[in-house]
Amino acid sequence: MFKRILIANRGEIACRIIKTARRMGIKTVAVYSDADKDALHVEMADTAVHIGPSPAAESYLLIDKIVAAARDSGAEAVHPGYGFLSEREAFPVALAEAGIVFIGPNRGAIAAMGDKIESKKAAAAANVSTVPGHLGEIADEKHAVKIADEIGYPVMIKASAGGGGKGMRIAYSQSEVAEGFARSRSEAKSSFGDDRMFIEKFIVDPRHIEIQVLGDKHGNVIYLGERECSIQRRNQKVVEEAPSPLLDEATRRRMGEQAVALAKAVGYDSAGTVEFVAGQDKSFFFLEMNTRLQVEHPVTELITGVDLVEEMIRSAAGEKLRLTQADVKLNGWAVESRVYAEDPTRNFLPSTGRLIRYRPPAESVTDGVTVRNDTGVFEGGEISIFYDPMIAKLVTHAPTRLAAIEAQADALDRFGIEGIRHNIPFLSALMQHPRWQAGKLSTGFIAEEFPDGFHAPAAEGETARVMAAVAAAIDHVLGERKRQISGQMGGRAVIRERRRSVVLGEREIVLDVQREGDAVAVRFVSSGGEGRARQLTSDWKPGDPLWSGDVDGFAVAVQVRPVRNGFDLAYRGTQAKAFVYTASESAYARLMPVKVAADTSKKLLCPMPGLVRSIDVALGQEVKAGETLAVVEAMKMENVLRAERDGTVKAIHAKPGDSLAVDAVILEFA
Amino acid sequence: MKDILEKLEQRRGEARLGGGQTRINAQHGRGKLTARERIELLMDKGSFEEFDMFVEHRSIDFGMEKTKIPGDGVVTGWGTVNGRTVFVFAKDFTVFGGSLSDTHAQKIVKIQDMALKARAPIIGLFDAGGARIQEGVAALGGYGEVFRRNVLASGVIPQISVIMGPCAGGDVYSPAMTDFIFMVKDTSYMFVTGPDVVKTVTNEVVTAEELGGASVHATKSSICDGAFDNDVETLLQMRRLIDFLPSSCGVGVPEWPSFDDIGRDDMSLDTLIPDNPNKPYDIKELVLKTMDEGDFFEISETFARNIVTGFGRIGGRTIGVVANQPMVLAGVLDSDASRKAARFVRFCDAFDIPIVTFVDVPGFLPGTAQEQGGLIKHGAKLLFAYSQATVPLVTVITRKAFGGAYDVMASKHIGADLNYAWPTAQIAVMGAKGAVEIIFRADIGDAAKIAARTKEYEDRFLSPFVAAERGYIDDVIMPHATRRRIARALAMLRGKKVELPARKHDNLPV
Repeated sequence: MFKRILIANRGEIACRIIKTARRMGIKTVAVYSDADKDALHVEMADTAVHIGPSPAAESYLLIDKIVAAARDSGAEAVHPGYGFLSEREAFPVALAEAGIVFIGPNRGAIAAMGDKIESKKAAAAANVSTVPGHLGEIADEKHAVKIADEIGYPVMIKASAGGGGKGMRIAYSQSEVAEGFARSRSEAKSSFGDDRMFIEKFIVDPRHIEIQVLGDKHGNVIYLGERECSIQRRNQKVVEEAPSPLLDEATRRRMGEQAVALAKAVGYDSAGTVEFVAGQDKSFFFLEMNTRLQVEHPVTELITGVDLVEEMIRSAAGEKLRLTQADVKLNGWAVESRVYAEDPTRNFLPSTGRLIRYRPPAESVTDGVTVRNDTGVFEGGEISIFYDPMIAKLVTHAPTRLAAIEAQADALDRFGIEGIRHNIPFLSALMQHPRWQAGKLSTGFIAEEFPDGFHAPAAEGETARVMAAVAAAIDHVLGERKRQISGQMGGRAVIRERRRSVVLGEREIVLDVQREGDAVAVRFVSSGGEGRARQLTSDWKPGDPLWSGDVDGFAVAVQVRPVRNGFDLAYRGTQAKAFVYTASESAYARLMPVKVAADTSKKLLCPMPGLVRSIDVALGQEVKAGETLAVVEAMKMENVLRAERDGTVKAIHAKPGDSLAVDAVILEFA
Repeated sequence: MKDILEKLEQRRGEARLGGGQTRINAQHGRGKLTARERIELLMDKGSFEEFDMFVEHRSIDFGMEKTKIPGDGVVTGWGTVNGRTVFVFAKDFTVFGGSLSDTHAQKIVKIQDMALKARAPIIGLFDAGGARIQEGVAALGGYGEVFRRNVLASGVIPQISVIMGPCAGGDVYSPAMTDFIFMVKDTSYMFVTGPDVVKTVTNEVVTAEELGGASVHATKSSICDGAFDNDVETLLQMRRLIDFLPSSCGVGVPEWPSFDDIGRDDMSLDTLIPDNPNKPYDIKELVLKTMDEGDFFEISETFARNIVTGFGRIGGRTIGVVANQPMVLAGVLDSDASRKAARFVRFCDAFDIPIVTFVDVPGFLPGTAQEQGGLIKHGAKLLFAYSQATVPLVTVITRKAFGGAYDVMASKHIGADLNYAWPTAQIAVMGAKGAVEIIFRADIGDAAKIAARTKEYEDRFLSPFVAAERGYIDDVIMPHATRRRIARALAMLRGKKVELPARKHDNLPV
């Protein structure tokens, strides 16, 4: 076995590989760019080598630098992680020249699978199911119908020279094929001057299902079940799970055996993934093969108990697979959410900056439920502009799919992040989505279910009741402490009313609050009389950012951020401000005028005499409160000027390099 | 007998209605609460005891003798806020527009005297039209009596003014002499002369909001220490503020059980200072992470944002925080920031509230506007305030402490008790570039030499160790240990006693 390996990557995957290596007793070498000087993977590794400036093209993508780092640090092997150099054929070649082992497949396998067309040919040759279609010349409508009949409906008719949807049609019947073929051909002729056409099977509501394979240098290849990654946004996977709710045992075996056949055909000798597109009827067709560790590999690890990184390292070291296909048993269900630094309410715009608070849920294995969080960041760290904005991969595993989803929802509730925008509200809302829970997935899921983008749901029903009860319990604890302040006038205790009114977003929920032993009892006062009291127990203390406790026997976790006179609460994807009032406070609060955001200024003024370093917005651009508008340098310091409210840029009066006086107009809003 | 007792309830009921239901509705229509409703929100339930409910004016001019309303436009009394005694007077806009008469003033004066005797804070809620013109000089005399008592009480008991409607003419000077003024956005304004007089005298057309709204006083004039959205929010925040304040001078700060470990380390502070010394960072993150439970009541938040002032707690006991804010104007000291911090430091010192100062200051702001505006005198106010303070003073230098501003920001030399610096601190006369260009003027043409000199200067002076070698810094501490170290320092300083030379009073450069 290797004594020392280098990890040619950063972020969570570098940290994850280091963990396995450390467990195996292998020393680790990290590489880092300027921006990653203080990164977690550098901290975790035994040694670290600086490889260049922050942009990946000048650091993590430089083969020479990384090979030199490996050689100089005495690493015998290099794990590439995913992305960066992981699928560059030149990388293992360069490593081999330096006498260093590449922890991944042999270069031939990378080359064979690297080319989309070549890989499809190889797949077809290995009898892997590919999308049925006709690549030869099609004479006329009759010929087209004949081909479509053979393929099976629906079919897609495409121009060979096509692009941009021109000359493309979906046909569900013979007549549609005949008519569509003629039209598409004439469109193709006029658009591209080329009327050659082809026809292939159109997969309705496709799902993305992939098979994990594992090989060694001795010709053994096994498959470790599938992963379904149909929850995607613009081809970017968001939520993955294993196994797939679509597959049955027979289909799984067929897919697995085909994937193994393909892997064997190209001499595959490491961990790899064969991606398929699947129809709702469980038909499946080869898409491509990824010759590396996938981002979503942890879900496979949790249902198989196999550490894929360890197996990759062992295979690279020449060891034989320790498992046979018969040893592979799928156990329970695993769900993974990708936590990104992006604002789901603003079309998922990336967000960068300092992680003022980063409190992921605790990793644990309890009562058959596993919570795993693969992360590469820490509180006080920076999400930089240079790399992928992924903060963490939150993975939960439980005996059943619904239990894994519930564990995931709970873990998301416990995930606290401040300082940057993040997609946890969106992920939480996804976990609550009935269609997701029912497993009726397709790659169009997000586009279909969130056609107008994501809007944080308002507090409703049971979610609202739980949030109101938690707000009331928090307020009660704070109230108990207030009554312990020193210097009180003697002789008369401060009266505490039981009746409270919780204003939660647009709603007002009336309840009675009372301490009953260790618990705070909350009784909702509905129009039809007084209901049963709910018992809330928690060791929440003033200042805790997470209320974690028990509401009537159910574990509940709510993020709590103090705001003026109230709290900003987040629970199950719902975020709302909660104000806990007494009866008279609430009566008076109702008399208060509703404030519309004051439009006091439509101009951004220079706050000090200084030099404009940058203007960060363009004319006509919509900006949100908090967004950087311009940077002005004064006193040799960069001052970031941010939008105080939402608006559209109407005019820009300054440019970088301008020297401005105080109160000079930098830009105006419409 | 019973009917006599009932008569009392009837008269109380009438008095509580103030100017009547129509006026109460009109008050609500303007988005404002009545004087008694406001007091109800401010005080613990059932704790308010009203005085002088039946007082009526004694004016006989201009037919005033025909209109008398019990209470005469101001509600006065006392109650508790979380069990602690607080005196209050609230102008009742529904009665003669809250205007001040001789008897109205006497009611306020009675409460002021009582608060001073009882050594408990006094809060004034303002919503009034000014002097009652019909009473002429009697009203002016009444103002004078109120003003004098504001001054007598200054520094003895906390005095808080909350502007919740109009506050004009003679009414403005009582708040101006109290410790804090808070305002309700959009429904309150404050000026000496209103828009009509302004128009007559100067031909300037201006709205009440432009002349004296919360937006003006909280950001430009510095009159307002905090602006809130509405009456309810404002009054609940006043309850929160009272929890931070001592009842009077000499009794020490209030204390309650803290749920935040005073030994808590915060590792994320080790990365607060950016690698690039010219990049700003938010000092409030440090403030919030150092205070108990992240609870911080900021004073004058929107004025002179280059310095942060406010109250927090460590170990359950109130402290005052002064911190340069690198996010705004690089945290430079200018006239406004100096005035703001000086007033805050003097409040803390008057009421025995220990002061924690976080320093990241590149110097005083240069320029004609500043110099012509009296930067020297305004800067001196802060220097004076810190030098005169006898409360425990703990200072932490996070990054820059340059030039005279280093001295001013609670340095050892002007009386701070414990001075800590982070390893990232740079304590020097000025930044490297400026210093090298002066010291090595002869080498200016030689870029290589200048670069070498700059490096030399940076290595030698842009660190906390030159100051630490001289004992100006008591210790260089890890950022993550800041809370723990401050907590220990404050605990050690609990018994601090400083004797000042006898004098009539000092002469602050006002």
